[in-house]
Amino acid sequence: MFLRQVWTIAAKDLHSELRTKDAWNASIAFSVVILLLFSFSFDPSSEQVREFSGGLLWMTYAFAGALVLNRSFAREMQNDCLDALIASPVSSAALFVGKSLANFALLFAVELVSLPVFVLFYNLQWGAAQVGPMLLVLVMGTWALTIIGTLFSALTVNLRLRELMLPTLVYPMMIPALIAAITVTTNVLAGSPPGLGIRLLAAFDIIFTLLAVVFVDTVLVG
Amino acid sequence: MNALEITDVWKYYGDFPALRSVGLNIAPGSTMALLGRNGAGKTTLLRIIAGLSRPSRGSVKIQGADARDQATRQRIGVLGHGIALYEELSAIENLTLFGRLYGLPDTRKRADEMLERVGLARVRDGLAREFSRGMRQRLAVGRAFLHDPEVLLLDEPFTALDDRAIAVLQSMIQSMRDRGRTIVMSTHQLREALELASHVALLQRGQIVHTGERTPQMLEDTGWLYRTYGDN
Repeated sequence: MFLRQVWTIAAKDLHSELRTKDAWNASIAFSVVILLLFSFSFDPSSEQVREFSGGLLWMTYAFAGALVLNRSFAREMQNDCLDALIASPVSSAALFVGKSLANFALLFAVELVSLPVFVLFYNLQWGAAQVGPMLLVLVMGTWALTIIGTLFSALTVNLRLRELMLPTLVYPMMIPALIAAITVTTNVLAGSPPGLGIRLLAAFDIIFTLLAVVFVDTVLVG
Repeated sequence: MNALEITDVWKYYGDFPALRSVGLNIAPGSTMALLGRNGAGKTTLLRIIAGLSRPSRGSVKIQGADARDQATRQRIGVLGHGIALYEELSAIENLTLFGRLYGLPDTRKRADEMLERVGLARVRDGLAREFSRGMRQRLAVGRAFLHDPEVLLLDEPFTALDDRAIAVLQSMIQSMRDRGRTIVMSTHQLREALELASHVALLQRGQIVHTGERTPQMLEDTGWLYRTYGDN
């Protein structure tokens, strides 16, 4: 029952987004433009760029993610759809996990589209050995952004300045996950082992997923 | 066992008590009209019964279980102020979505039957955003009744409905009443509500000031209730 509800919510969100493409278009355009602009601002062949490439990539994903996450619960406010979902037999946890999965899929797709732009314009040399660790850090880092972002999207949905409040509240919470993802990404791009950052990212994902699932009913119903 | 048992419910917004010690028992099969002026607390009470908000104090039991229990929510239908439809989904997609969330068997078939009933079968694949206001309202009625709820909560159900949507809603409420379902509706429209109601409750400044059976006198003179039990 729980998994079926999770799937129904995730499929509904993805279906709605693919039909309007509101968040998708904004997020893709933003991430590609930022990566391109920075590539013109710095010498892409320099060693310095290689050192901050992980940071640049994750900052871009974090800001692009806000565009996706802002829409997540805001979409439910139109016509009071959120009330209908809360009044239905769907558990708050299933609603939250379903929405998180849909946000994850969207953000991950944005990353997969913008990653080749990054590799191309920053003149990065990729070997087959780097693909696995890079995908792993992308999945884990994106889940961290998604889980925190979706919870705060629910928390700020009734606020008048939610577009401003969501990033203001979310980014400080994301700092540990972002630092870990940046460190691991920079290591992987340099051809080094991922290091301890990957464990920190895994711990962040597990702890915040459990906390969010426990507290989301209080967030939604009060 | 009562269909609804509301015991000493208080709701505060900050320091303001929107509901003050509300107690109400509703027998199975009753149609309760929840009456009161603007700001009396009707919507707040209905939201608490629907599990959309928690009371600051007191309890709400629906068929003996907590309003937030998953099994309880399976048995409740809610039609609130908003139409609760996704604009970017078609009529059939909207109903199928809620059918799945309520775990209905043969969701497509049920959704198709409901579209037929509310007169939207011809436009089943049309997007909700392309519908006229009246069509959207009928679709919203179909969504609320889709899972054949045992307890139906209606918040100002006739407000802003067009004639056809009112006819559809009245016929569906009538059908629910005939099958012994419990209905609670808040409304300003006394005439429509009193015609359908078997019982009335009058809320005033967050308190129930009268509850009892709907009498013929109330139908003859819709202002009688307010004059007798209200402030004026």
